[in-house]
Amino acid sequence: MTSTSTHGVPMAERLSLWANRNRKWLFAAPAMVFTFLLICIPIGWTLYLSLTDAKGSVRRPADFIGIENYVEVLTDTDRFWPAVGRTGLFTFGALALELILGMAIALLLWRSFRGQRWVRVSILLPFVATPVAIAMMWRLIFEPNIGFANRVLSWVGLPAQPWLADPGMTLPTLIFIDVWEFTPMVAIILLAGLSTLPDDPDEAARIDGAGVWQRFWYITLPLLKPVVLVAVLLRAIDALKTFDLLYVTKGQGGGSFHEAETLNIYVYGLSFKYNDFGVASAVLILFFLMILAVMWILTFRRKGAKL
Amino acid sequence: MTTTSAAPARTPLPRRRRPARARAYTAFRTTMIIFVVLVFVVPLLWMVMASFKTNVDIQDTTKTFAFTPILDNYANVLRNDSYLSFVRNSFVVAAGATGISLLLGVPAAYSMSRFNMQKSALMVLLARIIPGVSLLVPWYYVFANLGLVGGYSVLIISHMFILIPISVYIMMSFFDSMPRELEDAALVDGLTPIGAFLRILLRLSAPGVATAAILSFIFSWNNFMFALVLSGANTKTLPVAVFDFVSYASIDWGAIMAATCIMTLPIIVVALLAQKYIVSGLTAGATKG
Repeated sequence: MTSTSTHGVPMAERLSLWANRNRKWLFAAPAMVFTFLLICIPIGWTLYLSLTDAKGSVRRPADFIGIENYVEVLTDTDRFWPAVGRTGLFTFGALALELILGMAIALLLWRSFRGQRWVRVSILLPFVATPVAIAMMWRLIFEPNIGFANRVLSWVGLPAQPWLADPGMTLPTLIFIDVWEFTPMVAIILLAGLSTLPDDPDEAARIDGAGVWQRFWYITLPLLKPVVLVAVLLRAIDALKTFDLLYVTKGQGGGSFHEAETLNIYVYGLSFKYNDFGVASAVLILFFLMILAVMWILTFRRKGAKL
Repeated sequence: MTTTSAAPARTPLPRRRRPARARAYTAFRTTMIIFVVLVFVVPLLWMVMASFKTNVDIQDTTKTFAFTPILDNYANVLRNDSYLSFVRNSFVVAAGATGISLLLGVPAAYSMSRFNMQKSALMVLLARIIPGVSLLVPWYYVFANLGLVGGYSVLIISHMFILIPISVYIMMSFFDSMPRELEDAALVDGLTPIGAFLRILLRLSAPGVATAAILSFIFSWNNFMFALVLSGANTKTLPVAVFDFVSYASIDWGAIMAATCIMTLPIIVVALLAQKYIVSGLTAGATKG
């Protein structure tokens, strides 16, 4: 097939010309098509399932029941709303503590000192190590009878605590573990931000007689704001979706009293234990909307926000 | 506070007070740094120590630090043929998913960076915010119908879903920082645009690719939820296998801690060797708002 315009240019060369001219999409398409197939089709299907009475098996023909699942979920004060509350509490509690402690650690490690490299490596370990291993480790440490936590308490003369075994203490303990695991990540992101800050404003303020606290509050923090926002976004998204830690420490349903049942754990149980796909899908859509809302609030008025 | 002698003029007050305060500050800072390191390292040490203890010693409160280390736990775990096959599964899945993700993600990141495809980039990054559970039911259904569940391919594909955004995200900020002139010079020298990308840009961005590869491998190795649902008896990865250990009636803490230590060891080695890359990868984009 020789057209007049190409004058018998060899096929390979024509192909290469075409590839070079269209490289913008040629390069981007595979990743985008892959992600599109893996995200949009499942989300669309979840949306469809949420409007049906699918249960037991997704192969079973399901009837369209409109928004019934959503009504059921939104009026469910037994499992759904408590799960929403726990998700919010866990996310907000962990995030707030991680930000404060992460900032403190970042400031502590900011100016160079001997052995800095080793300190950085040691605080890197909690969040690169396998989450399941971390969860297992804390299960052993918080074991009421043989755990390290109660040994430390006994050394300082405090009574032993039930930790994860007590429904009332479970969520705070889990927040503690999450804070232990991810404060270093926040600290390292903030530290990277700190190291790019210009010295001049701080110098100038120092010469003008500003104290340490004033310089932090009025100079460093405002300059660091974009980096803080990125850290907040990354952590908020991941904390909302925490699964490994909760599932490994408390199992399906978030323990016998659902004390650790966040939305993620709740949906997992609905989908893979009870095969209640219609209701699970409705919860998922609501969960997804909540995440989008949180993202929107966090990036509000921030143009060109990059995740 | 410093004791200031009445002696005037010779040594002005501020000069004498400064070093003492500076020294006090340094001492305070050093103490705090040591405290921080201890907080993050001691729990990990506890895990490692437990892996070298007998189950009797683990329960003995008098033997918190003083105990006779034993290797039985490791021997028990490693003697179990299936544990080694779980290690292999984790390697196959992590390496496969990392490789393919880079293959798809690096060129995509180049395009998105060079042609300012903000919306396309956003779509890929959407994968970061979607709860993984919402995809699992549809995936399971589709992959089961294709007869793929229980094989490596499902796990690799599901992990790629997490890894592609990571690669795109890291590589985009890498390509963003590369001057356009590099490419122009290569074009003047007679290379095609794709040739310039392959021969010049890709080579120069090797550290970026290394960063993306290391982080991708770690994320895939650590993944639990996807493998929990999509792996079969023969493709179980380490996190799922270790989790399964506890489901049995009596908890053998020594063996579990040995298994978790073996699982975490590769990551710790990587973290020690490639600290710089991990930090730069995790903070890519973070430092430029």
